[in-house]
Amino acid sequence: MSNAVTVTGVDKVFDSGAGQVVALTEVALDVAPGEFVSLIGPSGCGKSTLLRLIADLESPTNGTVEVFGTSAHQARLDQRYGIAFQQAGLLPWRTVAANIALPLELSGMPKSDVRARVDELIALVGLGDFGDRFPDQLSGGMQQRVAIARALAKKPQLLLMDEPFGALDEMTREYLQTELLRIAAETGAAVVFVTHSIPEAVYLSDRVVVMSPRPGRIAEVVPMSLGSTGSRADDLREDGSFFEMITAVREALHGGGVAAAPRGVENR
Amino acid sequence: MATLTRTRPPSGPLGRTANGAERAIAPVVLGIIVVGIWQLLAGTGLVEAYLLPSPAAIVDEIVEFWPSMVSAAGITGLNALVGLVAGSLLGIAAALVASTSRPFDGMLAPIVAALAVIPIVALAPVLNTMFGADSQTGRQLIASLAAFVPVFITTARGLRQTQPVHRELMTSFAATRWQVMRTITLPTAVPYTFTGIRLASSLAVISALVAEYFGGPRGGLGGLISSSAASSAYPRAWAYVVAAIALGLAFYLITLALERWVSRRR
Ligand SMILES: Nc1ncnc2c1ncn2[C@@H]1O[C@H](COP(=O)(O)OP(=O)(O)O)[C@@H](O)[C@H]1O
Ligand SMILES: [Mg+2]
Repeated sequence: MSNAVTVTGVDKVFDSGAGQVVALTEVALDVAPGEFVSLIGPSGCGKSTLLRLIADLESPTNGTVEVFGTSAHQARLDQRYGIAFQQAGLLPWRTVAANIALPLELSGMPKSDVRARVDELIALVGLGDFGDRFPDQLSGGMQQRVAIARALAKKPQLLLMDEPFGALDEMTREYLQTELLRIAAETGAAVVFVTHSIPEAVYLSDRVVVMSPRPGRIAEVVPMSLGSTGSRADDLREDGSFFEMITAVREALHGGGVAAAPRGVENR
Repeated sequence: MATLTRTRPPSGPLGRTANGAERAIAPVVLGIIVVGIWQLLAGTGLVEAYLLPSPAAIVDEIVEFWPSMVSAAGITGLNALVGLVAGSLLGIAAALVASTSRPFDGMLAPIVAALAVIPIVALAPVLNTMFGADSQTGRQLIASLAAFVPVFITTARGLRQTQPVHRELMTSFAATRWQVMRTITLPTAVPYTFTGIRLASSLAVISALVAEYFGGPRGGLGGLISSSAASSAYPRAWAYVVAAIALGLAFYLITLALERWVSRRR
């Protein structure tokens, strides 16, 4: 079976008014089916750009991006991924149910099938009685759940998320993290998740991709030896192994690589 | 984003929030006070009756000429309504064309700017002559030109207000251009259009009224105001002015209600 995502030798240069901005250089990344991978790094290091390349919302300057063995472009046309941003981006004039139904309607699914699928999705993300509400009647956390349900509507095997919990309070955030792991396990979808929170990346991921800026590149990939993501629960947050992984990611972020490599080694 | 309320409370000009009853009572009380002072002033003979007739005299005229007042409001109101509907439809159509094609946008923008600065009622004598002395067409045309401008401008603006996150989602759904138009661009623009229609409603009434001052068939409110004033029947002229204000207010309130309703549920 082909990888969910294969990024090979990707550079991304933006031509802006002030000149050229090198957002990414020589990025290579594989994401296996069902794998949870987080991208972490200081702001401006190209996390969103990498995610948007996978989503075919941008095209690479050099290199290739493949999703399930086809080009990112074809994968987008075939709706092979679902996407969620920091802003839920719900249409305020549509109810929760109608927002979730949007991608299904656009692809011409018959009305009765749409209704059945929307009911499933509402149950999956735990929005029970809120199908008839409008987005401005929901809390930020609930809006984000609607956005996740919408991203999952077409049963994609890849979920792309750009700081989806970035604007939420800590309690809601931790709750939704556990919910996301359950949903990812139930659907079997691979997830590429952008965050700037180390504990969030550690708690969620099979592997944490640490990026560094100027120019944006992958500095290190840190595997999380914390057991399968589907079986993680809140007690992990107080476990010693969790703190070890947080330390490992932090050191990779700060360019030390202390545990992994002797000092003075070039920090790729 | 985390609000639980369905609509935001309207806030007054001073930023205070007031409930519906309070907001209605304040202008009514002010109106009563002003009319009271006016009546007292007219009673003292300080102001000549032909300059400013007393409210009571005006009310007498309204009662006496009620049927003529209703039919006159009907004539002027119909002209304004035809103009408002035609001008709005034209404004929406032109804004849609401008938003889908850059060359058209470049062509339409200066034309609309020119239309906006022409005192449109200045066209009244010309149009009245063009369409003949017994036709309302010239007046309706003037009202529609007046309505066109604000509806075009607000709609054109509304069509550019789609949020980037909505556009990107539609791209991720591989939506067609028409699907994007139908599901996000148009619903985003609708409240803007209705704001334009509310602004246009007053302009349409004023233009339809004033156009009657420049000849054409009599019987509308504007014509009756000018002929009453010409025959020195000042209380009657004022009575028709009151009817004109009521007509303008009716147009404004109805379009305001439409705007409110539409922006709550697109
Ligand atoms: N559309 C764009 N045009 C020009 N520069 C851009 C664009 N998008 C991103 N960049 C630049 O690319 C770099 C990486 O941005 P981004 O991927 O958003 O970083 P991150 O998500 O890690 O904060 C930044 O320097 C940013 O200014
Ligand atoms: Mg970002």
